[in-house]
Amino acid sequence: MVSTPAEGFTPTPRPAAAPGDVSVPEVVPADSEEPKNYLNVSYGVKSWLFTLDHKRIAMLYLLTVSLMFVVGGVAAGMVRLNLLQPNGFLISAATYNKAFSAHGIVMVFFFIIPAIPAILGNFFIPMMLGAKDLAFPKINLLSWYLYIIGAVMVLGALACGGVQTGWTFYAPLSSQYTNGPIVVVALGVFIAGFSSILTGLNFIVTTHKMRAPGLTWFRLPLFVWGMYATSLLQILGTPVVAITILLLAVEIIFNAGVFDASTGGDPVLFQHLFWFYSHPAVYIMILPGMAVISEVVTCFSRKPIFGYRFIAFSSMAIAILSFLVWGHHMFTTDQSPLSSIVFSVISFLVAIPSAIKVFNWTATLYKGSIRLTTPMLYSLGFIGLFTIGGLTGLYLSAIAVDIHLQDTYFVVAHFHYVMVGSTVMAYMAGLHYWWPKMVGRMYPEGWGQTAAVLLFIGFTLTFMPQFIAGYAGMPRRYHVYDPQYHVMNVLSTAGATIMALAYLLPFFYLTWSLKYGPKAGPNPWRATGLEWQTPSPPPTLNFERTPVVTIGPYAYSAENDEIEDARYDMERAQADYAAAQAKVAGDREHRAMEEGGASAVSQTIIEEAKRDL
Amino acid sequence: MTSKAPVKHSVAPPPATTHYQGEAEHGHDHDDSHVLMHHFDHMEQQRESISLGMWTFLWTEIMMFSGLFFCYALFRWKFYDAYLLGSQQLDITLGTINTFVLLASSMTMALAVHAAQVKNRKALMGYMVGTLIFGGAFLGVKAVEWTADYHEGMVPTFEFMGPRGNWNPALWRTTHHARTDRKPEEATRLAQIKPDSTVTYDFKHKKEVSVQQVKMYFMLYFCMTGLHAIHMIAGVAILLVMLLMAAGGWFTNGNDQPVELFGLYWHFVDIVWVFLFPLLYLIAGFSMFGGAH
Amino acid sequence: MTEVARHETTPGSLAGDRIEDTHETGHHIVPISVYVKVITALMVLLVITLGAAAVDFGKMGLPWLNIVIAMTIAIVKAVLIILYFMHVRYSSKLIWVFSGAAFFWVMLLFVMTLVDYFSRAPSLAY
Repeated sequence: MVSTPAEGFTPTPRPAAAPGDVSVPEVVPADSEEPKNYLNVSYGVKSWLFTLDHKRIAMLYLLTVSLMFVVGGVAAGMVRLNLLQPNGFLISAATYNKAFSAHGIVMVFFFIIPAIPAILGNFFIPMMLGAKDLAFPKINLLSWYLYIIGAVMVLGALACGGVQTGWTFYAPLSSQYTNGPIVVVALGVFIAGFSSILTGLNFIVTTHKMRAPGLTWFRLPLFVWGMYATSLLQILGTPVVAITILLLAVEIIFNAGVFDASTGGDPVLFQHLFWFYSHPAVYIMILPGMAVISEVVTCFSRKPIFGYRFIAFSSMAIAILSFLVWGHHMFTTDQSPLSSIVFSVISFLVAIPSAIKVFNWTATLYKGSIRLTTPMLYSLGFIGLFTIGGLTGLYLSAIAVDIHLQDTYFVVAHFHYVMVGSTVMAYMAGLHYWWPKMVGRMYPEGWGQTAAVLLFIGFTLTFMPQFIAGYAGMPRRYHVYDPQYHVMNVLSTAGATIMALAYLLPFFYLTWSLKYGPKAGPNPWRATGLEWQTPSPPPTLNFERTPVVTIGPYAYSAENDEIEDARYDMERAQADYAAAQAKVAGDREHRAMEEGGASAVSQTIIEEAKRDL
Repeated sequence: MTSKAPVKHSVAPPPATTHYQGEAEHGHDHDDSHVLMHHFDHMEQQRESISLGMWTFLWTEIMMFSGLFFCYALFRWKFYDAYLLGSQQLDITLGTINTFVLLASSMTMALAVHAAQVKNRKALMGYMVGTLIFGGAFLGVKAVEWTADYHEGMVPTFEFMGPRGNWNPALWRTTHHARTDRKPEEATRLAQIKPDSTVTYDFKHKKEVSVQQVKMYFMLYFCMTGLHAIHMIAGVAILLVMLLMAAGGWFTNGNDQPVELFGLYWHFVDIVWVFLFPLLYLIAGFSMFGGAH
Repeated sequence: MTEVARHETTPGSLAGDRIEDTHETGHHIVPISVYVKVITALMVLLVITLGAAAVDFGKMGLPWLNIVIAMTIAIVKAVLIILYFMHVRYSSKLIWVFSGAAFFWVMLLFVMTLVDYFSRAPSLAY
């Protein structure tokens, strides 16, 4: 793909290798010290907190986003445990409200929105573009600090009382009917929103201006297309929710009445402004997931992606259409019927670009030589779960069905299928796919595959019963429920336990791999793409020389693989040959030494005997 | 900042070999910010990237204000009469002066960019001072207006200041009776208005509007002009720093881009006011000098 | 960085075009006379705004005319400022697109939301 050949090519294991045997023979010259990369170029807390390197900032995000994931996960655990019994045996109604609000706010604003863009996007967009860094490294660091400030405000407020509004902060519930530090939480979300905006701004400018020579728009990896579309949504949507949050704060502090129907204000106005951002935000969450899958599926099918331009344009179509569908959250408010019909129809239209992507991934799999590595397992899980999540979305965009299903567990299950079943799956896929590049070490493949399968099983067990309970009428956000839904909730809680295990496993084995994982080499998956053309972990400036791109992405082919396999076999045989030679030589030397040693010993004995005599 | 990092961002970047043609000859520089930063390949790329970044930032500003503009539009459509009454409480003379002042500041800012481009330090500083004076004047007039608004009972109450605060419709001007020539009996009648009742705004046709609806107008008036003023204050602060830097020889050494970027921001703030002025002050049939129309 | 790279990357825009009127540092110097014309036009437009707003067209049965006139003039003023003071007239196609894109999204917000409010049943529409 690139005219400057990859230096230090390390052969990949054969696909036939048994799971758990992905370790690469270490071909590190014995005398050389570790080459300088972004991780070992400098040490100390300061070198991380003031870094301007996009890769280090991505790692900072990885750390903090993972922490927030734990916080949100604990809140979810409280909710699920409480629902084990219909009578709300564990926590009070108010605590329950606070728990699901904390879960929603933390997971949406502090985990899932930054997860793929701020970690994987931050790390890999400059590398995929052949650039040395993002266009504005200082703004990139600023965005992480804004994220931290927002997170501290929200966590502090949740610790000092918490809010009961859910992540949507609907007025007048939030402005008149509940207490708690809503303003602090809202301002924390406001600040975190600017973190998201600045990340998007950086990506847009970088994609426009910092592509390597020859890297035209249609040679960009689909990951970059997906992130570009995401960035558009972040930049154009987030400011609207920011001003909405400010208005909510004004409403609470000054009692303005803008969202208060009793004084002529309009609560639906809050929902309009909120969902103008928050529906596109759903695509801020899913588009990066789709972007990751487009990379992983083609790599592990060993085939060029099917319908590159369709996938690229469907990302842009989603970016625009997603701004036209927010009213489907408001079918049961006093939104006008005409408006509901318009929003309903456009919501159906969004299914088209999403389906185009699913068809294209499936077509990519068709007749591919599929390798069921960990990232691929997560990706296949994504495709299946996203299809279910997307199709149930069509139920909900049909007005009549939605009026039945509004605010039931069906909705909860639907958006968890899209957000957890799809985006988190894709995030895990991307994390495992690029982990060798990020840290230079392989994770244990067997454990990875176990976690991926466990996550799929646990997820399905958690949320499939919720579809059924919701369809039967179980309302969401209730602390207690009718005993007829008991079985479904027990199943769901059992599934959540398996999911928790599936999330804990990567925490352990990925951490383990940092020190003990086998060295990965620059390109363990034998993937195309500029990010694989540089050592792992990459040096601070990513590339020794700016690469020049001459062909499009995804030049996977069976012929190439055969050549690479043969080359791998050859190198392996050569290595074996060298090792055998060395062994023979060593044995010979050893034997000589032993013989020499033996004679020396006998010499000493003789001499000692002479002296004694 | 990494202590052992081979390349730093803010400290003197790589040598002039990577400079774009024509950039290296600008001689002695007081700053290094127009030197190529390490992660760009050449000056033109750096310049275009930064410019594009500023425009993208303006997207967020536009979208942020658009939320407020939408609230304004919605409630204007719903409560047109209340808006009319509310707008008539404002001082149109001051509003007009402010519009002139702000347009003039945009002009001086554009000229400052020009001065930076032709590397005329004195002119640059002069125009910057001019922009500062106009910007400061705008904020000063705004402060005078808000103070008057406060004394005329137009600021909706803080909840923690009690039910009334200074929110007092009895002090408002009405269309046909400016406060100065209000008849005593009407003044008495107005003084009895409760904050949550209705107020007559057209004595001839006996039209009444809810005080709550007028309050909505004032809330949006203060939110919109307040957010605009916050942007103005930020702009003035940045401009002050830039003036000091310009005095030290920055921006006229070939690196005029910061001035240009600030100009984009300043003009954007000006555009917001271009819309705010007719929307808030000039709803219909105003009378410039307070009397009957 | 090779010579190839410089020429390949600099356009970088959607259409891959270069800035037309540039000297070597890549920006156009707008003559002062243009600024003078623009500010004159802006001041004149401001006076027209005031004049138009002094009339209450609502009393003539045209309640929409005040806002239409005021907004038309405001848009003309904004376009003048964007084109000349903000130099978009002399910038690359990419900047043209970027300077207009956000207004498209503002339009989406207004149109899609107002469709709701304008089509509500009269009893609910206050």
